[in-house]
Amino acid sequence: MNKTRRAVLQSSSGFSVMALAAANGLFTSNAFAQAAAAAGKPVAEWNKAAFDTKSLQATATALGGGTAVESRDIIISAPDIAEDGRVVPLNVTSKLAKTEAIAILVEKNPNALAANFAIPEGTEPFVKTAVKMGQSSNIHALVKADGKYYFATREVKVTLGGCGG
Amino acid sequence: MIKRIVTSVLVTVLFSTASIAQNNNQGGDSTIAGIEKYRQALADANPAELWEARGEEMWKQPAGPKNASFEKCDLGLGAGVVKGVYAILPKYFADTDKVQDLESRLVTCMGELQGIAAADATKVVFGSSGVKTDMEALVAYVAGESRNLPIKVSLAHPKEKMAYEVGKKMFFYRGGTHDFGCVTCHGADNSRIRLQDLPNLSKKEPAQRAYSTWPAYRVSQGEVRSFQWRLFDCFRQQRFPQLAFGSEGSVALTMFLAYNANGGALNAPAIKR
Amino acid sequence: MAYPMKIRASMMGDKVVVKALITHDMETGLAKDSSGKTIPAWFIQQLIGSHNGKTIFNAQFGPSVSKNPSLEFRFSGGKVGEKVKLTWIDNKGETRSDEKEIA
Repeated sequence: MNKTRRAVLQSSSGFSVMALAAANGLFTSNAFAQAAAAAGKPVAEWNKAAFDTKSLQATATALGGGTAVESRDIIISAPDIAEDGRVVPLNVTSKLAKTEAIAILVEKNPNALAANFAIPEGTEPFVKTAVKMGQSSNIHALVKADGKYYFATREVKVTLGGCGG
Repeated sequence: MIKRIVTSVLVTVLFSTASIAQNNNQGGDSTIAGIEKYRQALADANPAELWEARGEEMWKQPAGPKNASFEKCDLGLGAGVVKGVYAILPKYFADTDKVQDLESRLVTCMGELQGIAAADATKVVFGSSGVKTDMEALVAYVAGESRNLPIKVSLAHPKEKMAYEVGKKMFFYRGGTHDFGCVTCHGADNSRIRLQDLPNLSKKEPAQRAYSTWPAYRVSQGEVRSFQWRLFDCFRQQRFPQLAFGSEGSVALTMFLAYNANGGALNAPAIKR
Repeated sequence: MAYPMKIRASMMGDKVVVKALITHDMETGLAKDSSGKTIPAWFIQQLIGSHNGKTIFNAQFGPSVSKNPSLEFRFSGGKVGEKVKLTWIDNKGETRSDEKEIA
């Protein structure tokens, strides 16, 4: 993606993003922008700065928040031991009022942030997915609730398996 | 240079021996329970479903020089029947006068119905990053249509009996640079590689558990792997010559393992490390 | 070419449970192929879920989401027979949309 286009993406409405994408012949991107617009959501740019961060607090800052505070109202459900780090299934539930977003971070991965889920009104503050882990590490759930950032931590050990049966 | 080669061979030998450890260590129970939980969590979202869906599409889609679908393909229960066939394969087919497993039979259908030469049909049979194979999708779909059915492989035809005997011989045969064989890893109880249990395939229950869960989505590879792949990779690990895809030997070994698993309920494509 | 997603959408009480599987290599850009060449990063960056023209899900992914990603989320306000639509876009601009009726 070139710089001009990124700048335009950051500052423009969904409509002009679509127009630009079409002008560039990026019909695939155009299709995504249209789907986003149809869902009443102008397309946001992928948050490269946040995905480049190396730590929990740096991610919170890159996502636009202040210092994240530990909370018992965030529950991470994950296996204690993963037989293979390439797929670590987990889910996160937030009991914090006005939960707006749930991010999943793997502390020791080359980049900490794995995914960030916006929770629109009407959607439960719950998400389930699977992430890669390069080694045994803490997993953090970073939750934005009522404009503030909170987190919870859980350790997952990664083993080296054999030939897979 | 020579010294380095010798050292590396030594290391490999030591590693192979040491890593097939007996699973009798104390305090390993919580680890094993933890891994069991991990496996259950994996099973909750099995990407093999994506292969099954692709395979079903492919089954119905006309393809090849003859522009034909697989809907007239006879996998053992008549033209076009998919449900239940994986439970009775490998079996003898009169038209080819051969015992065939699912993969080799699919190659026959690709040739006869679609006009695709066997060499082309088997050129890329194992997917990798950026490469999706028709074979793995078809295998996932067909196997999935026998889910929960008991494995019921027959040795009624003399060629089926012969395949079983050849497969048995192959299973117990040791050779190569490491004096290795299938039996080295799969002939005793409670063996494992690292934390991976190695099923004793000469016994009914472990054979059922192993065979009934192939093909499988391997999370370590991010691909669905066929039983042909499973054997191919075992041969590689044994430092044996490359196992030719769908070859008579590969089918014979499959026949031996499938017959030993008779009665077990199919649960494939499964998801595995 | 992007393959269809596998989507399940089913009622659980008054909520809709959406489960999705996506075919995607999710290359980190750190792995090497068998010839030692680095495989370039290639991963889904954004995913939007919608129902009746309203956003019900909006995710940003980095490359450490697992290969062939799986997802589950729950929302209220859906009824049997209505459609849930998911759309993703990756860092190469490739995109895919699929719909599923709520069962």
